Amino acid sequence: MSTLIISPSPHVHSGDSVKKNMYGVIIALLPALAASLWVFGLGALVVTVTAVAASVLFEYLIEKYLLKVPSTISDGSAVITGLLLAFNLPSNLPVWIIIIGALVAIGIGKMSFGGLGNNPFNPALVGRVFLLISFPVQMTSWPKPMANVGTYLDATTGATPLSIIKEGLKNGEKLTDLLKEIPSFADMFLGKMGGSAGEVAAIALLIGLVYMLVRKIITWHIPFAVLGTIAVFTGLLNLSNPEEYAGPVFHLLTGGAMLGAIFMATDYVTSPMTPKGQIIFGVGIGVITVLIRVFGAYPEGMSFAILIMNAFVPLIDRYVKPKRFGEKVK
Amino acid sequence: MLKTFSLGGVHPAENKISAGKKIEVLPTPAQVSVPISQHIGAPSTPVVKKGDSVKVGQLIAKSSGFVSANIHSPVSGTVFKIDNVLDASGYKRPAIIIKVDGDDEWDESIDRSPELKKDIDLSPEEIIKKVGEAGIVGLGGATFPSHVKLSVPPGKKCDVLILNGVECEPYLTSDHQLMMEKGEEIMVGAKILMKALKVDKCIIGIENNKPDAIEHMNKLAQEYEGITVQPLKVQYPQGGEKQLIDACIGRQVPSGKLPIEVGAVVQNVGTTFAVYEAVQKNKPLFERVVTVTGKSVKSPGNFLARVGTPINDLIEAAGGLPEDTGKIIGGGPMMGKALVSTDVPVTKGSSGVLIMPDEMAHRKQAQPCIRCSKCVSVCPMGLSPYLLMTLSEKGIWDRTEEEQVMDCIECGSCSFTCPSNRPLLDYIRLGKGTVGQIIRSRNK
Ligand code: SF4
Ligand code: SF4
Repeated sequence: MSTLIISPSPHVHSGDSVKKNMYGVIIALLPALAASLWVFGLGALVVTVTAVAASVLFEYLIEKYLLKVPSTISDGSAVITGLLLAFNLPSNLPVWIIIIGALVAIGIGKMSFGGLGNNPFNPALVGRVFLLISFPVQMTSWPKPMANVGTYLDATTGATPLSIIKEGLKNGEKLTDLLKEIPSFADMFLGKMGGSAGEVAAIALLIGLVYMLVRKIITWHIPFAVLGTIAVFTGLLNLSNPEEYAGPVFHLLTGGAMLGAIFMATDYVTSPMTPKGQIIFGVGIGVITVLIRVFGAYPEGMSFAILIMNAFVPLIDRYVKPKRFGEKVK
Repeated sequence: MLKTFSLGGVHPAENKISAGKKIEVLPTPAQVSVPISQHIGAPSTPVVKKGDSVKVGQLIAKSSGFVSANIHSPVSGTVFKIDNVLDASGYKRPAIIIKVDGDDEWDESIDRSPELKKDIDLSPEEIIKKVGEAGIVGLGGATFPSHVKLSVPPGKKCDVLILNGVECEPYLTSDHQLMMEKGEEIMVGAKILMKALKVDKCIIGIENNKPDAIEHMNKLAQEYEGITVQPLKVQYPQGGEKQLIDACIGRQVPSGKLPIEVGAVVQNVGTTFAVYEAVQKNKPLFERVVTVTGKSVKSPGNFLARVGTPINDLIEAAGGLPEDTGKIIGGGPMMGKALVSTDVPVTKGSSGVLIMPDEMAHRKQAQPCIRCSKCVSVCPMGLSPYLLMTLSEKGIWDRTEEEQVMDCIECGSCSFTCPSNRPLLDYIRLGKGTVGQIIRSRNK
């Protein structure tokens, strides 16, 4: 025995690590990945591989040549950013646009703030919203589900349920008629509808949620607050005027509601630290999403809602404190 | 569902390898170093000098204030010198060094018979006085003088005594084994404490990972009116006073207040046994049960050791220091202190010696905070460890205070949990120390 090691307590550690959590999230994303391959086939494969490879590569290059710091690509967070970015893109998006998206996500969304842990906004969403604004046409042409399994760029496209309803209502059509044009709720639940590559299959995303809850990677607060708020808000609107407002099931199953609530809003770095704060955050996302969907210019508002609430996180954390021991009066 | 405390908590691997090992009496060493500061509060004042001969149980240093404690000779022999020796915290502090003679001659007033003495003759005031005279301090590790806790301040009322049989630190088994072997004495000790506090209710909290102790104590408790056993879910840091009170009776001690604020007094089961011995057998506190354990230790066990014994003797008794030793911890792995040498003496607060193989003894490289909020969710005091660390690191003391750093009980659950291996508690301790000083100078 040489000299004894002296260090302050505690002398043991749980063994939890950044990697374990990140790879846990990746595993949780696999069902949705499988669903996207099933629904969109080749296109989803190309988009996902490109986004993941580009995200990891950009992180590697920026750390190596610009920041000159040890590489963090093995921690898995760049893979998650790549996967989430891909899941938020149409599966017929040209490779070069995806690469730009990954560059913005990693370069601006993450690295410019100092890397993992310091970025105020969800990097994948920064990339996605940048693309949405820069390439609005490509970003809103959606391959038809199940019909394009073997095609990529030349996929036949159609509208998403959200845009069908949005456009239809704008043109004065009746909601009851419009609802007939969109896939059944059962099909939507399985992912057989137009949309971004990884957002369509609610069932796959929910499996991921259960996995993350069981492994204690995330807690229930954010996903339930987001989805609960969307359900209640759209439920009330629907009750007030069923002719004009679609109900909660429609809103929960369409667009990025599930993907956003389960995987984007729960990003550790860009969400609040206390259960109470997380609920406020989730409710905010739910409200803003519905406002944009129902009253705003875009058919979908999940990405914007999350980014807006990301901006409030420092404020929420400053004023919403955890429940202190001893506050309870006996 | 089993009771536990309401906020946070973790469940480290229990590793109670020495559980069920009978308490072995460690032979008296050739020489003891008895530190004069083994408790919270003022160091005691030596009342012996070089060359004095002493008997076992004879007073050798007396309490130097209300919050202080008497110290008695753990051996018979001659005072060799009073000198600075390394203690568990790594500082050199004064200790009375006694060379042991072969006879192990005890002070005549100590009743050494093994018979259980049930009848309590002393009055409440006499009990408290006796506990003070016997130099009893909290044996769970906090080492707060017990007579102070028993002296309920005017205006406050105690209605329940809670005995801490939780032993939530991984590895440690001394309290567990003591309950198995000295359960009856602990019951009488509880009765004595109840009399001193003038309460008719006593709850013994024991975690569910010690079903034998729960059963044993429960059976014994049938004979003692007012004493009940409360099985608790295994959850660290349930042995913390505030957590234990919350777990047992659902009352939360407010920030900055003592348990008496909610009508409770907590004593460790080991302390309770010492109270029994002091009051019924006139035996002061000079020996205790110490767990010696670790993954590579040959024969881990529970040993009855005299205060002042070098822990080296304990380690030898457990089969010697393993080859792969990297760290020796005084206490458990969550709150214990890394020892600088095996010469460090056993003190009243030594609950265990944990020997960690080198491969387990190193901390992992810290990484940036990923804001996973796990430290917040495990903090039993409802604090924000990540924030306290940042504020302490940056020296923003007013906000560190505002974020209630002084409520931290230093349980280490935050550092234990952090996936980024951040040294949260190291910085929080720094913040606590500095803010504590600021508060004291403000109140002057
Ligand atoms: S050490 Fe302090 S801050 Fe950390 S979990 Fe324990 S009480 Fe909370
Ligand atoms: S547990 Fe560690 S990584 Fe997670 S929030 Fe706390 S300090 Fe940050």
